[in-house]
Amino acid sequence: MKKSPKIALIGNPNAGKSSLFNSLTGLRQKTGNFPGVTMDKLIGKWNLETGTEAEILDLPGIYSIYPKSVDEQVVINILANPQHPDYPDMAIVVADASNLKRNLLLFSQVRDLGIPTVLALNMIDVAENSGIVINSFKLAKELNVEVAEVNAKKGIGLNGLRLAVNKTLEQRFNSNDSLPVEYSPELIDEIKEKYGDTDDYHALLWLSEHDNLKQFNTEQRVGFDKLQEKYGWNSKKFQAQETVSRYAVLNEIVDGCLHQIPVEDEPVKTWTDRLDKVFLHQFWGYFVFLGILFVMFQAVFTWAAYPQDLIDNGVAWLNQYLKDTLPESQLVNLLTDGLIAGIGGVVVFVPQIVFLFLFISLLEETGYMSRVMFIMDKLMRRFGLNGKSVVPLISGVACAVPAIMSTRSIGSWKDRLITIMVTPLMSCSARLPIYTVLIALVVPEKSTLFGIFSLQGVALFGLYLLGFGMAILSAWILKVVLKAKERSYFIMELPSYKGPRFKHIMISLLNSTKAFVFEAGKIIVAISIVLWVMASYGPGNAMQEAEQKVKTENPTLTGADLENKIAAQKLESSYAGHFGKVLEPAIKPLGYDWKIGIALLTSFAAREVFVGTMSTIYSLGGEVDDENTTVMNRMRAEINPETGKPMYDAALGFSLMIFYAFAMQCMSTLATTYRETKSWRYPAIQLVYMTTLAYLSAFIVYQLLK
Amino acid sequence: MRTVADLKIGEKGVIVSFSDELLSLKLLEMGCLPGTQVTMTHIAPFGDPIAVKVSGYVLSMRKDEASTIVVA
Repeated sequence: MKKSPKIALIGNPNAGKSSLFNSLTGLRQKTGNFPGVTMDKLIGKWNLETGTEAEILDLPGIYSIYPKSVDEQVVINILANPQHPDYPDMAIVVADASNLKRNLLLFSQVRDLGIPTVLALNMIDVAENSGIVINSFKLAKELNVEVAEVNAKKGIGLNGLRLAVNKTLEQRFNSNDSLPVEYSPELIDEIKEKYGDTDDYHALLWLSEHDNLKQFNTEQRVGFDKLQEKYGWNSKKFQAQETVSRYAVLNEIVDGCLHQIPVEDEPVKTWTDRLDKVFLHQFWGYFVFLGILFVMFQAVFTWAAYPQDLIDNGVAWLNQYLKDTLPESQLVNLLTDGLIAGIGGVVVFVPQIVFLFLFISLLEETGYMSRVMFIMDKLMRRFGLNGKSVVPLISGVACAVPAIMSTRSIGSWKDRLITIMVTPLMSCSARLPIYTVLIALVVPEKSTLFGIFSLQGVALFGLYLLGFGMAILSAWILKVVLKAKERSYFIMELPSYKGPRFKHIMISLLNSTKAFVFEAGKIIVAISIVLWVMASYGPGNAMQEAEQKVKTENPTLTGADLENKIAAQKLESSYAGHFGKVLEPAIKPLGYDWKIGIALLTSFAAREVFVGTMSTIYSLGGEVDDENTTVMNRMRAEINPETGKPMYDAALGFSLMIFYAFAMQCMSTLATTYRETKSWRYPAIQLVYMTTLAYLSAFIVYQLLK
Repeated sequence: MRTVADLKIGEKGVIVSFSDELLSLKLLEMGCLPGTQVTMTHIAPFGDPIAVKVSGYVLSMRKDEASTIVVA
């Protein structure tokens, strides 16, 4: 036996594959990327017996080995290519016992590919509740594989699965050489001769799916096309015939192993039926959906505020403490004003991001998300989208990068492209900190709407709605521009409602939060340091001159007042100040000054840098007494030199919010769009249209509110 | 020719054939086999898409997709 065998988890969506993966591997899992694609690859470790540790690979859910969308292609590209680095030594096919026939279709295809396979029968309790009793010993004998009964959610039956896996790894696996479909042996011989020796079914898979298989180059693909022509081969027809004959074989097997206790014609109403009465209702369905979203945003704003205040004050305290205790030097300043201010700017958003990811994974886990797709499909279609676009759009609220990747489940290229193009308009978690700071500055904290909803929460909800509205509008415009007549389809399972799996949610929450903190954190810390250097040094001896100038102009000033004047003058004379000044004429009509100009510049690559930049700028240029230690307080104290009133009034606040709502300031998103569309054209269009939209909208808002 | 799209909520039908070859593969894989019983369970607001109970689970599809499944 190999030292660490690779085992792939394969199964229909909702068959309990991810639950089993988490039960087997617990926290011993890591995410990676499949070579050449951006989809997350989950790998975990599972102890088979003393000394043998298996590597478990969790593959995306599929219904058959014939892919209908981009995410399904990932699986088949691994299974069709024995030279693939992720090609498994064996497979565990997870099957939903309450829907055995459909689940066995995939099982029989995987087994016929010649991959040693174990069948894990899951959800036996669900099957029994609907009167289905399965004789798994007989099933194992009929299918000629090891079968293990498991309860993936509760982690029961894992030892039986371990035994089955060990047995299968030790024995020589005999693949099925009597395929349930007709084909000409000469054709198979010719494929094997040209493309290498393999199982018959493998050869047929290559022939019918060669256009989707990355292992073949153009020349080889042309070769397959010629073979198809020579033998009058029709892939779709073959696949349909194969599917029907497989079902015929499986029907017989399943009927012999399954005992259906007759249930009454009108079965008892299940919870799923009852909930769907409300969630799919033509009025209450939308009402509940909007309500859930509304609660989500209220929660993100109010619940997250407590830990956030703690973090914010903690960082301010730490900064002050270090400044007071350490000897004064440039290095200490870099540490406090540059590094700690920057890191604090990231960490402070962790509570909000945790809440957002929590809500989104709850909606997905419970099965509610597919109801949303169902009630939204018709509406979304009108705008050139698809019911399935709802998931990317809602996930876009957390982060556009995974959201754009999740468009792979959309079968139609046009629907998928439109969804990709408009998803970044959804307000992602990186915008949240910006909104938070600006709303707190310009919307009164104590005001409420109808006495129950905090006005700040309503403002935040409004910004998210605005992003959504703009996404829909842009989609509609794109639909008119792109006139491609391509068929999109919407055949999908509405899974029964499930209680959320606490462990599963915690693991995914941990993974995504870690990803945010480290990915975004790296950029923010780097930019914070660069910014600190740029703001602390100026061309030539501009900094000394600035200090000199303040001293000669204000000969009577002393102490803290003098220090502040000097600091402000220094910032203005620094490299960063110069950049901001260059930008100022262009952003003046939006109400922005050169300080905001610096922030726009630094947040061009990643918008979440905005608040960090603001902290750095204002901790360099502002007074440092006890009450003004947080960014927000410093910004609140900022006075507009032209009007003498507070700088951050409603006009500027909303103008900035709108700008950040629409602007494309995220390198990662552009890179993802490039990878997903395989063309620079689409990220370029995205960048131009979103930035133009942001500029014009901010201009209009500022001029109207001024 | 009666199709799944013509069923009313709660009404049952038995699949006879498919009128769209490309779509039929996907439907077959999802467990819609000739001879299988389908029950209309939900019609989305605005009349589209619909959801049917087939092979023990609920499958949703658009109305024009449902109209390619001939039932008796």
